[in-house]
Amino acid sequence: MLRWLDGRLGIAGLARKSLKKVFPDHWSFLLGELALFSFIILLATGVFLTLFYRPDAQLVTYRGPYAPLQGQEVSAAYESVLRISFEVRSGLVMRQIHHWAALVFVGSIVVHMMRVFFTGAFRRPRDVNWVVGVVLLLLGIGAGFTGYSLPDDLLSGTGLRIAYSVLISVPLLGPHLAFLAFGGEFPTEGIISRLFVMHVMLIPALIIGLVSVHLAILWRQKHTQYKGAGRTEGNVVGKAFWPQQVMKSAALLALTAAVLAFMGGLLQINPIWDFGPFDATTVSAPSQPDWYVGWLEGALRLFPPLDLTLFGITIPSPFWPGVVMPGLAFTVMGAWPWIERRVTRDEAEHHLLDDPTDVPIRVGIGVAGLIFFGLLTLAGGNDVLAIMFNASVEQITNVLRIAIFVLPASGGWLAYRIAASLGNNKSNLLGRKRGVKLRRGPTGGF
Amino acid sequence: MSSAVSRRVSLVVCLGAVLAPLSVSVAAEPDGRELFIESCASCHGSEGQGTDAGPSIIDAGAAAADFQLRTGRMPLADDGAQAVRKPPAFSPDEIEALTAFVASLGEGPEIPTVDLDGADLSDGQELFVANCAACHGATGSGGAVGAGALAPSLSVADPVEIAEAMLTGPGQMPVFTAIESEDIQDIVAYVVHLREQRAFGGADLGGIGPVPEGFVGLGLGVACLVAISVLLGSKRKRDEA
Repeated sequence: MLRWLDGRLGIAGLARKSLKKVFPDHWSFLLGELALFSFIILLATGVFLTLFYRPDAQLVTYRGPYAPLQGQEVSAAYESVLRISFEVRSGLVMRQIHHWAALVFVGSIVVHMMRVFFTGAFRRPRDVNWVVGVVLLLLGIGAGFTGYSLPDDLLSGTGLRIAYSVLISVPLLGPHLAFLAFGGEFPTEGIISRLFVMHVMLIPALIIGLVSVHLAILWRQKHTQYKGAGRTEGNVVGKAFWPQQVMKSAALLALTAAVLAFMGGLLQINPIWDFGPFDATTVSAPSQPDWYVGWLEGALRLFPPLDLTLFGITIPSPFWPGVVMPGLAFTVMGAWPWIERRVTRDEAEHHLLDDPTDVPIRVGIGVAGLIFFGLLTLAGGNDVLAIMFNASVEQITNVLRIAIFVLPASGGWLAYRIAASLGNNKSNLLGRKRGVKLRRGPTGGF
Repeated sequence: MSSAVSRRVSLVVCLGAVLAPLSVSVAAEPDGRELFIESCASCHGSEGQGTDAGPSIIDAGAAAADFQLRTGRMPLADDGAQAVRKPPAFSPDEIEALTAFVASLGEGPEIPTVDLDGADLSDGQELFVANCAACHGATGSGGAVGAGALAPSLSVADPVEIAEAMLTGPGQMPVFTAIESEDIQDIVAYVVHLREQRAFGGADLGGIGPVPEGFVGLGLGVACLVAISVLLGSKRKRDEA
């Protein structure tokens, strides 16, 4: 069979080479695989859900088994998600695994990016792949948001209304953009089917395509590796793809599936029957997006209601936190390899990773960024925090408004100092060793 | 101030304990007006007309008095704070007497009767989402409503209390004057359903939506998987050694 394939495709040589491909073994190289494997779970459960979901805003009368909604006029989309939850065999567990996997998917992308950032793995020549990764993160968030909106329940409808409001806040173009995206003034009948096409076709296709590019570039450029004995800029030390890495990855895939199945089976997520069908005149509280959109929600909640008028053009306040801030944040993130190169004037190729403490300023900036996004995310739940801390929503908001300026800077500075002192200690140790070597001298005498 | 109050409260409690058996033997029914003068008049005035410290309750009615007293919201624990549920300060008999006295002051709503037998759960759901969920949350778990006020969780309120709250609008809550008795029964039935229904799909995480879900997704899901990665990565090292 293999010989048959080889006779036609001539792949034996390539396969032999690929199977021996070296993978460095350090646990932090598995984080990207976590994202890939949760994506595989998303595809598998997503296909199942697509079999039963109806992307249709037409009103139908609910006649299913869930008593409190019986007889109500709901959209066909909402009705089909209720059917998945209460009637389709294993539908609810599939839905819940899908939703938990989405939260974990974006989470593991972020953790993977943290590893790449703090170890300087994004430096030349991998700056290209860093950009691919940033786009994948954006697509992941987009996939999540479109999926969150599909059940057409009250919570997701509230999210769509916010997205619509952010879109129309773009000066001059806003109403056109919003109408283009939604097909009219919110709420529109067409939006569900548009979101569906994006969620099950466009975005997954782009993700699959870019993941392939991401991995192909990785394959071509080979892995980075941590500094260590025998590891140079010119080699890769590690284990072969087959069998070691394949086994390890297979185990990780199985365990990812296990953890997600555990969560989907035991922990309720997004009980759309409680939220009720979407109704444009109604909103429930607390209303939050999923965590990876929380930073946008938080920015909207923190930003003061300032409508500027410049040269006769009104710039509505949601434009700044809803469009400018994320635009800037992702531009800086994507351009980071070039920004850093401009500062360090380091044009060389790097295949050996930095110990994070080697470049304390990068640690400081990374930590500041994480605190910034973390605080925005918390601000997205300011009403929930208010209850938790027994404070008023306004107090929480004002505290966070100050914190968003103070904490990233001070936290980043603290991280910088810690990294710098750890780095100093290490280089002191190294220095002492080198000193000893030096004293021995080339003649071998002391 | 609070110590003075608590001293006064404990004095009242001690007196009550001493006098309770006496009053039972002397007069079977507590006197509503006397209780009112003793415990309520300092803020609400001797005829319920209100003072600087508290609003007029002339037209509060039996429903409001019964709600406030049975849920322990009145008397207030301290000035200014939102009245919150606590153990009632009076016995059921005393509450009945006080309620009758407050009802006699003016024209207010009666204590509603709640009969959930014929209630329509679906109407209740629709009305609840349209009128109640904006503050109390879709699952009745409560929520923050701004300016420090909070809409309490509905998980412990008994059916009559829920109905009374709709009719009298305690605290920041609006009074639902136009609401019909039938609608009240339906809403109460849905609230009761909310806390009695089983959590489909496993443990509910507080019924407040994506915030706890996010914490669990990252704190449990991602953290578990990172830990598994660390274990998978370090096992290899042990093999090498």
